[in-house]
Amino acid sequence: MLKVTSPHTHSALSTGQLMRLVIYATLPGLAALTLFFGWGSLLNVALASVTALACEALAVRLRGRPVSFYLGDYSALVTAVLLGLALPPYAPWWIAVVGSVSAILLAKQLYGGMGFNPFNPAMVAYVILLISFPVEMTQWTAPRNALVDDQSAVGIIEGLRMIWAGAPIDAYTAATPLDTLKQNPGLLLEDLYSQDPTLVSGIWAGAGWEWVNLAFLLGGLVLLYKRVYTWHAPVSMLIALALMAAVFYDGGSSNSGGSPLFHLLSGATMLGAFFIITDPVSSAVSVRGRIIYGAAIGVLIYVIRTWSNYPDGVAFAVLLMNFAAPFIDHYTLPRTYGHKKPRKATEKEGH
Amino acid sequence: MTSLIKVWEIPGGVHPPENKSQSLQEPLAKLPIAPQLILPLNQHIGNPAKPVVAIGDHVRGGQRIAEADGIFSAHVHAPTSGTISAIDDHLIPHPSGLSAPCITIDTDGKDDWVTLTATDDYHKLERTTLLAKIRDAGVAGLGGAGFPTSVKLNPRANHIIDTLILNGTECEPYITADDMLMQTRADEVVAGTQLLAYLLNNPGRVVIGVEDNKPRAVEALQRAAADTEIQVVSFPTKYPSGGEKQLIQILTGREVPSGQIPASIGVVCQNVGTAVASWRAVRYGEPLVSRVTTVVGEALTRQRNIDVLLGTPIDFILKEHGFDAKKASRLVMGGPMMGFTLPDPQVPLIKTTNCILAPSKKELPPPLPAQACIRCGLCAEACPASLLPQQLYWYAQAEDYEKLEAHSLFDCIECGACSFVCPSHIPLVQYYRAAKGSIRLHEKEREKSDRSRRRFEFRQERIAKVEAEKEAKRLARKQAAEAAKKKLANEKQAGVEAGPVPAPVSDAQTKAGAKQKTPAEQQARLERLLASAQESLKKAQQPLEANEPGQSVTDEQREKQQARIKQAELKVHDAEQKLSDFRAEQGKSAETPAPADSDPVAAAIAKAKAKMDMDPAEKLRANLDSLQQRLAKAEEKAEAARAAGDEKADALAQGVQKLQQKIKDTQTELAELSPSTVAEPSPSGRHEADVAGLAIEKAKAKAAAMATMSADDKLRNQIDSVKARLEKARERLAKAEAEADDNVEAFRTGVEKLSSKLETLEQQANASAD
Repeated sequence: MLKVTSPHTHSALSTGQLMRLVIYATLPGLAALTLFFGWGSLLNVALASVTALACEALAVRLRGRPVSFYLGDYSALVTAVLLGLALPPYAPWWIAVVGSVSAILLAKQLYGGMGFNPFNPAMVAYVILLISFPVEMTQWTAPRNALVDDQSAVGIIEGLRMIWAGAPIDAYTAATPLDTLKQNPGLLLEDLYSQDPTLVSGIWAGAGWEWVNLAFLLGGLVLLYKRVYTWHAPVSMLIALALMAAVFYDGGSSNSGGSPLFHLLSGATMLGAFFIITDPVSSAVSVRGRIIYGAAIGVLIYVIRTWSNYPDGVAFAVLLMNFAAPFIDHYTLPRTYGHKKPRKATEKEGH
Repeated sequence: MTSLIKVWEIPGGVHPPENKSQSLQEPLAKLPIAPQLILPLNQHIGNPAKPVVAIGDHVRGGQRIAEADGIFSAHVHAPTSGTISAIDDHLIPHPSGLSAPCITIDTDGKDDWVTLTATDDYHKLERTTLLAKIRDAGVAGLGGAGFPTSVKLNPRANHIIDTLILNGTECEPYITADDMLMQTRADEVVAGTQLLAYLLNNPGRVVIGVEDNKPRAVEALQRAAADTEIQVVSFPTKYPSGGEKQLIQILTGREVPSGQIPASIGVVCQNVGTAVASWRAVRYGEPLVSRVTTVVGEALTRQRNIDVLLGTPIDFILKEHGFDAKKASRLVMGGPMMGFTLPDPQVPLIKTTNCILAPSKKELPPPLPAQACIRCGLCAEACPASLLPQQLYWYAQAEDYEKLEAHSLFDCIECGACSFVCPSHIPLVQYYRAAKGSIRLHEKEREKSDRSRRRFEFRQERIAKVEAEKEAKRLARKQAAEAAKKKLANEKQAGVEAGPVPAPVSDAQTKAGAKQKTPAEQQARLERLLASAQESLKKAQQPLEANEPGQSVTDEQREKQQARIKQAELKVHDAEQKLSDFRAEQGKSAETPAPADSDPVAAAIAKAKAKMDMDPAEKLRANLDSLQQRLAKAEEKAEAARAAGDEKADALAQGVQKLQQKIKDTQTELAELSPSTVAEPSPSGRHEADVAGLAIEKAKAKAAAMATMSADDKLRNQIDSVKARLEKARERLAKAEAEADDNVEAFRTGVEKLSSKLETLEQQANASAD
């Protein structure tokens, strides 16, 4: 008979299940990406997943741990899927491979594996790729419903050629709405919305992009409903981003960086809010901490998008706040039962 | 009425499957008397009770068999009649699986009871009498902690109780004992509640709190409490609403401040079972010898609530319920959230046993292996005390006790909600329990080492003080000696002749006899020193024993031993050297002073004059001489003045007294300087004779002094070396204390030995030289 300590019962939830739920919740977003931008994202996800699982298995084996037990937590797969979703479709195959290797080996296993990585592995990989291969990382294909006269959607054969053989992708690309805004200062937004093919074909934030973001939002709401994480970080991030956009929006010129709605539905906003900053390992832990953490990321995203050289800033903002997470935790201990005010982690007390 | 009463919500909490219906299918049953009852002496929080029966005694039901030891303790009574067959250690129901003193009764099945004194109307009795009745009945909290009830009902004078809460929450899954009690004995629960309220001077609010998953209990209570002041409050089911602190928060919105008791915010909380037991104790005079317990789990063929005698062995109960050991995954006393696994089914049921859970392997499967913490924060959401369980987990792993306390580890109520929700199956509560234990242990050790450090410091201070005093004396002596020397020189110039006057030789001879002992004593001392050094060398050379049995001797130990042996050898060598030196000196001095003895007076004068300049003891003596001369003159003058009726007579007499005092001082000093030459305080009238006697003494003392003098340097060296060694030993002791070394005691005795040795040596040094 067992001699174990209480509690003797356990809720049904396990880490593997949580991770699988996250993967399922990315499916609407993946579907939207595939629908609007072609097979590229799907291929990215597949390539990244295979590489990541192989790397994880290798690392776990090298560390002398049971491989199947550790792969069974699905955390490597989550990282790979998120990285695959963030990469531009039809990027050369080695982009996804290099990214996955850096994510798993560099950003995760070198720090001690799951639960010990201070930075979000997918975002580390994304930033490594963005800095090392800026050309490959900034070429997004034009969304299907915003093709201009001389463009056609990428077929699957053509797509595979671009990925494996490095066939030129130029003919299929178009500036993302965030790019468009950044590269056309001094214009009226109205003009942009009536000239840029992507914006013309869209409603709020450019063809394809708005739907991709809404799809990720849907997946995020499912995870919230399933209580995989709490609302604090994503909601505070979205509010902070929208507030920043509202404060600096002058209602018309492209200098001011777009409306709140434009920012909420552009780039990686929703992917970031519901799948990246909710990564529990690298975020702050207390409720107050997560609110601060999310809000700071929202502010940073707007700052980077508007005033830096990069069109989108989710990855940088997340990494910057990953740095700050332990610091935030230090000052945001919750008020414990029987205590008048929240304590600080530095406080000492005899008992 | 229920719906109108406001309840507060607690943060966190979980909703484990309730599993309450299994044990509520059958009515409350009474179990037959087991052939043997085992009654632990400590079924409560506090000191174990003291047995008041002996083996072989026949006891009747309700008879007190063990007496409370102090206030925080409770009596134990015989649950039925029988014979005491053992008073010894037996396995007790405790997570540790340890044994503790128990009284075993072989029951006779007659259930023959002592006469109980009933009370018809408790309002007529004093509060203290009622409390005594409850205490006499051995009532301790039946909810789980087993806190002596009468203590809780007697709050401190500065705690004004405004709310009495009766805890009928029973939030643990599976357990329905309180539910059954409230359903079947609602009248007694209400009567007990009223009694407790009366004892607490009728607080403004009296509430019975029940979770809303016990509608029948709520209904029964409401019916019973219809015409009373008692509120029956039902609130949403959530684990752990039944925790004392949580229930207080739910019903009053108040929080018990960290580290304090509920009475500090005007609340007393009692379990409903305790209320019934208190009521029966007062109304019928019935001691607490039985309780309602839930017996549940799929490894049993029968699941129900039973009213069972305390001390009934669990295996007896299990047998009565068709327990299948093969099916069972574990055996739990208490619920699945906070209960503990039983080491052996032979343990007895005690006052705090509210449930025996025998789940099948399917029902409560073994825990899955723990995965890495992903910091998902589900534990923080579940924590009813608003802690950060995952941070606590990290710090517990890192054994960072300061951080753990900063994160309020001691506010954790160990409810298990965090472990329950942890998707990585980390046994969080286990880490907290272990960390709490380590911190408590640490604290104890720190206190201990603080104490010994204080002791050490105090000792150091004392030694330093003694040193300082000695130093001051030495200085004073030196100054006195110098003054004497100067004076002597002056006297010489003035041609004053300290001529010896015929002396009472017999006096000197007895003194000389006394003095002769000293070299022998010194030799004996040195021999003793050598013997003890040899002894410690022998000890050091003894074969090493491992620190713990089963372990091999470590290299470190070996090195230490080498060092010890070396030290001991040095010590022996030192002692031998000193002894041989002393003997050689002794031989020499025996030769030289011999002729002096033959003509003491002449030799004394010659030597006194020759060595006056070199020997401080001699200076002191000279000083004494001159003082005595002055005294003689002063006395003559004083006498003359008195005879002449001079008004200066008084002043002169005072001067005489002063001089006498000075002489006395000098004599004591001299005595201290060389204990061998104890100078008897000379009667003032005989001072002339004494001057001569002293001169003889001087000579003889010189001989002894000469003998010791040559050993002085050696002695001084030895003192220095011992000082250095003592310093080192102290450093080592401090280090050992800091590292909580196992050998601290050995180091400490070492230091003590060394310092006592140093003292002896210094005394020796003081005695023989200056």
